[in-house]
Parts: sequence; structure tokens; C-alpha cells
Amino acid sequence: MLRILGKIQRLGIVTEPLPKLHEPALTEIGEQLKALIGEQFSGSLAIREVDAGSCNGCELEIQALNNPYYSIERFGVHFVASPRHADMLLVTGPVSRHMEEALRRTYAATPDPKLVIAVGACGANGGEFGASYASCGAVANVIPVDAIIRGCPPTPLDLLRSILEAIGKRSTANPSNKR
Amino acid sequence: MRPQGQLAAFSRHLTDVGLYVEAQASPGLAPTQLILVQAVDWSRLGIAARAWGCRWVAGWGEDMGETIRVNTCFEKAGAYLVARTAVPRAKPVLWSHIDSYPGADRPERHIRDMLGVVFSGHPDKRRWTRHQAWKDSEFPLRRDFPAAGRPQAQTPADHQYNFLLAQGSGVYEIPVGPVHAGIIEPGHFRFQAVGETVLRLEERLGYTHKGIEKIAEGRDADGLARLAGRVSGDSTVAHAWAACMAMEKAAGLEVPPRAIWLRALMCERERVANHVGDIGAMLNDIAFAFGFYQFARLREEWQRVSRAAFGHRFMMDCIVPGGVAVNLDQHFIAAMRDEARTLRKQIGKLMAIINDLPSVADRVRGTGILKPEYAQALGCMGYVGRASGMNFDVRRDAPYSPYDKLTVKVPQHHYGDVNARARTRLEEITASFDLIEGLLVGLPAGPIRVTWKPPVAGTEGLGLIEGWRGEILSFVRFDADGRIARFFPRDPSWTTWPALELLIHDNIVPDFPVCNKSVNGSYSGHDL
Repeated sequence: MLRILGKIQRLGIVTEPLPKLHEPALTEIGEQLKALIGEQFSGSLAIREVDAGSCNGCELEIQALNNPYYSIERFGVHFVASPRHADMLLVTGPVSRHMEEALRRTYAATPDPKLVIAVGACGANGGEFGASYASCGAVANVIPVDAIIRGCPPTPLDLLRSILEAIGKRSTANPSNKR
Repeated sequence: MRPQGQLAAFSRHLTDVGLYVEAQASPGLAPTQLILVQAVDWSRLGIAARAWGCRWVAGWGEDMGETIRVNTCFEKAGAYLVARTAVPRAKPVLWSHIDSYPGADRPERHIRDMLGVVFSGHPDKRRWTRHQAWKDSEFPLRRDFPAAGRPQAQTPADHQYNFLLAQGSGVYEIPVGPVHAGIIEPGHFRFQAVGETVLRLEERLGYTHKGIEKIAEGRDADGLARLAGRVSGDSTVAHAWAACMAMEKAAGLEVPPRAIWLRALMCERERVANHVGDIGAMLNDIAFAFGFYQFARLREEWQRVSRAAFGHRFMMDCIVPGGVAVNLDQHFIAAMRDEARTLRKQIGKLMAIINDLPSVADRVRGTGILKPEYAQALGCMGYVGRASGMNFDVRRDAPYSPYDKLTVKVPQHHYGDVNARARTRLEEITASFDLIEGLLVGLPAGPIRVTWKPPVAGTEGLGLIEGWRGEILSFVRFDADGRIARFFPRDPSWTTWPALELLIHDNIVPDFPVCNKSVNGSYSGHDL
């Protein structure tokens, strides 16, 4: 136990203050995200991730949001196991026809008001896989989509930024959207 | 005996036991040997191969018009052999290899669902890859089946699949998925349990079937490389390499040495990233948050260097027909050596802490044991096989460039539990560090890509790569104008998914996540 504590102390905190690039820094994005979540979701945004047929690339980057560098939970965002607990669905694609009904049911099981974000090139438009006998292509071909995060796969920073944008748009579209 | 000598002896043996065998030259498959076998002899081929000690590697079919061609790949001591036969398209019946090779079960059902070949003697008549997206009278890989298919307005759920039921007092069933609780791929698990104890697990996969084999048809070489890089996103480097190797062998294209070495460097980086991340995820599944966050941190740092060096966190689309798309800047040579050394030290320190914890040992030791005889029977590849006594690695046993010039250390364990699989992966990380050092030191100068030259119609090629999950086989045949006629990627997950059903037996339900993660089969790579 002491060694664990020692390791934790020596390492300090790696969670990024922010890479000052040409874009708003991670913490800046995060702070805005936190403020919006505080306003609209009582301080906590619950996301249900749904892999509707992805190659697993997007999943790995969404998982990365939980690593200590991005540590998305500090902004009040957490991933939940059931759509019944979710405010937002983060759906990766393309939607395989074999996952089509499961996605519809997951959507139906998510309480209103809900936000749906299609993730990745495939979620956006079918990507490399397109639409075929086995694939419905874009997530929007199966359930209503509020926002799209492009990229193959989108980086964790892209994901964070786009989740913020989606919530921001939701509040401008409907200012009374408060819980 | 040299690998090729083994093969010649096996071919002679087949003739001795009365099979009519015809060797056929196929430069794109070499050094893999191609033999033609009569359909009536298919069963005896399986029996003879089993008796000879061959491993059943993969099976795939192809619609040739009048006939449907069926291929099976065997391996022994690093020598590969493709046996090929044909059945009439009007009555495509072939004897199953399942009696000799239990691992042929799902691949044969996949061929049946996709091409309509009936494997007589196969005890399991249920569909596998097919759910409800196409009819049981339709076969997507037949030429007359359009890639767009004839989909219904909405594809219904596949709820009529007959799972085997356990009965008795106190037996209950737990259905899990296809949408799983975590941020992971979809699939269905059906548990039969008594109290906490798992009596039986049955997997139902195919949910992420995206028609990869079909939509590969008609693509050009670049397009196929991109698709192969998305067969399983976590193995994008290995799958793209295997597909490019197959295409380049078909085209007789010599890839520049620097490109080959850079491919291997990326492939080892992919192996380290996945093993490091998964060891963290396994620790997460036994509720040891410290370990999870530490390894997640190391994986993130590793991926950032991949991005800085190759422009992509997974190095997706970096391997292209004829070479690689990105050159490595000179300053990364020293940087990556330091990075590997630092990570080696960091992992050492973390493992010193983790190894000391009885609460971790209690959860991983003796959990999810895959007996060596099961691993052998299923032909389990990668760390799953190597933790259960299998001793095979394409890089060492059928070396392709640049591994023929490097020493590949291959760990082997026998106990087959979660602990053994985690140890195997840790040792593979260390072996990859050694390889990365060697690759950086020996990295040749020169061009990184040659111009792609499409081969003539009908040419075929076979790629064999040791990805982080194990052996990947990639078969390609070209049509006219350099277009793809057939692409078949066999992810090693085909060999390890059935193992999960066996190793979970008699374990408790709460240990399923860590057992599953210790195997970590690819859903997408399997469902295709």
C-alpha cells in the first residue's frame, strides 16, 4: 500500500493542463463543458457508448477519454452501463444491419430529452464501409442524430471538443433546456 | 527437417494413403505450397493432416462461376500448405473437417452462410455469421449477389437462435449483449449458471458483420489496404501489412528494405500499445484502479509518440501497397530508443508493486484456465495459445522480412490461466522492446515506397503476419485492371473466441470480464 501511495506521490498529476495549440486548450474546453453540463444536466452528463458495428478504433479513443491525461470525469462527464441512465448516446458506426435493431432499442430505452452524437467517419457517413447488404452506413440512417464527430478515429481531444459543441448547440437551439 | 521438406513429405504421405494430389505452382502463395485435392478426398485430407500433426489455420471459399472453390490452410513447423478443391455451384457439398479439427467449426459455418457450401458431417446446423440481414437462400459472396443486397426497410433482431439450454434445479440463464456495459464492441453472451458458477457460456457473434469480404471486391490496391486497415481497428497495422504482403506477392513487387523495417517498427509499436492498454484493462476488471490508470497513462504516452512519428495514433493507413506512406524522421531513432527504455523501466517498477499484492494474485491465478489440450485442439494463436503451451510465432517460425534478420523471443507458459496470459503479454512487450531497438539500429536508408504495379487477372497472393493477437492470414486474388476479386482476412480471434467458452467453465460470473479481457478477441475482425 505504501508503495502504491509512494508511486502516486512521485508521479504527481499527469492530467493535462492543456496543450496550447491553435485551439482552445483542453482545460479551457473542459471548463466550458463543465459549465454547460452544470447548467443543463445538473452537473453530470451521463453517456452511453454504443458500438453499432465499428472496427473498434473509435472505441479505443473514447476509452482514452477516461485515462489520466484527459480524465473526462473531472468535467462531470461519465460513461454509464445502461441507456436508461444516459443523457447522451455516443454511437460509432457504420451501423451494421445486424446491430440495427439493437441500436433502435437502445435509442428507445434512453430517456428524453436525449442527445445523439454519431462518432467517426463511419458513424458520419459509413466511411470505408458505406452502405451495403450488411451495413446501413451512417448512424443518421437509423436513428435521429444531433451532432457528428468526424475522424478515423477522432482523437480524444476532438471527441471532447465536439461533445462540448453539441451541448452548446443544444442550449442555443433551446435555451429553456434545463433539467 | 527444413519446413519445405516437411511439406514435401506430407504431400507424399497423402499420395501414400491413396489421395489424388496435384501440386500446383502459385508464386504469390510461396513459400506456402498449393495442392489440389479432389472433393471426395476432403475428409481424408483432414484426417491425414491431423495424423501428420498439422495445425488447421484457416478455411475460405470463392465463387468461381461453375464451381465453388474451397481452400484450407494447414501449418506444420512453420511450413504452410494450402489445399484446394472445388465443388459444383449447383450442388456444393463437401465433407466437414470438424471431426479432425474442432477449430474448423465456425469457419465452416461462415463459408456456408456466405457461399452456400454445405459441410456434411458438421453437427451444428445453425447459422453463424448470418443473422437476419439476408435470407438463408441467399449467399453474399456468390457473384450474382449484389453488394447492395436486398435489405428490408428495417432488419429485425435475430432472436430465433437456438442456444443450448442447461436444465435442472437452480439453473438460470444470463443473456448479455449485444450492447455491452463498457465501451467495447458488440456481441452476445449466453450464460447458464448455478449460483455464481458458470455451467456454460455460448457466444453469439456476427453483430459487427460489415460485409468486408464482399465490399473488397472491385477495389484497387490502395482501397484494399485502407479496408484491411479497418478489419479490426486495434490491429490496423498488422492487417494492412498482411493484405499488402499478399498483394505485393501476387504482383511480384519488391518492397524497399526501409519500408519493410518501418512496417515492423509500427507493428511492434502496435503490439506494445495494445498489450500495455489491455494489462491495465485487466487490472480494471479486477477493480484495481491504480493499475488501470497507470497502464492507461503509459499507453497514452506511447500513442502520442506514434502520432508524432507517423502522424496517426494507431498508425492507420501508414502501410500502403509498395511500401509505407510516412517516413521516419531521423531524430525519432534516438527518441524511440529512449522511449522504449523508459517504458521498460516504468513497467518493471509497476509490476514490482502489482506482483506484491495478494488481492491481485487472488483474482488472476487459477482463473479462466485454458487447458493446453484445448488450445492445441482449437489451434489457439497469439498469447492465448502461448499461455497454454502452444509454441508458435510467425515471426520466428516462418520468418518474413525483416524478422529473418532479428531474434524474436517467444514466451511460453503452460498453466493457461488469466495470470499466464498476462505474463505472456508482459514478456511479449519486453521482446518487442528488444525488437524495436534492433529495428531502430538496423533501419536501412533508401526509398520507402515503390510504384504499385497491378498484376494480371487471376493472380493470387497470401500474407502471413504475426499481429499482436497472433497469426493473421490474408488472401487476395486479383481480377482484371488490378481490381480485387477476393479478399479473405483471417484474424487470430477466430482461434481464440471458442477458447473463451471453454476457459470460463466452472468460474464465477464476476470473473467473466477479466477472463474475456485476458483473451480480448476482436469482434470486428471475426465478424468481417
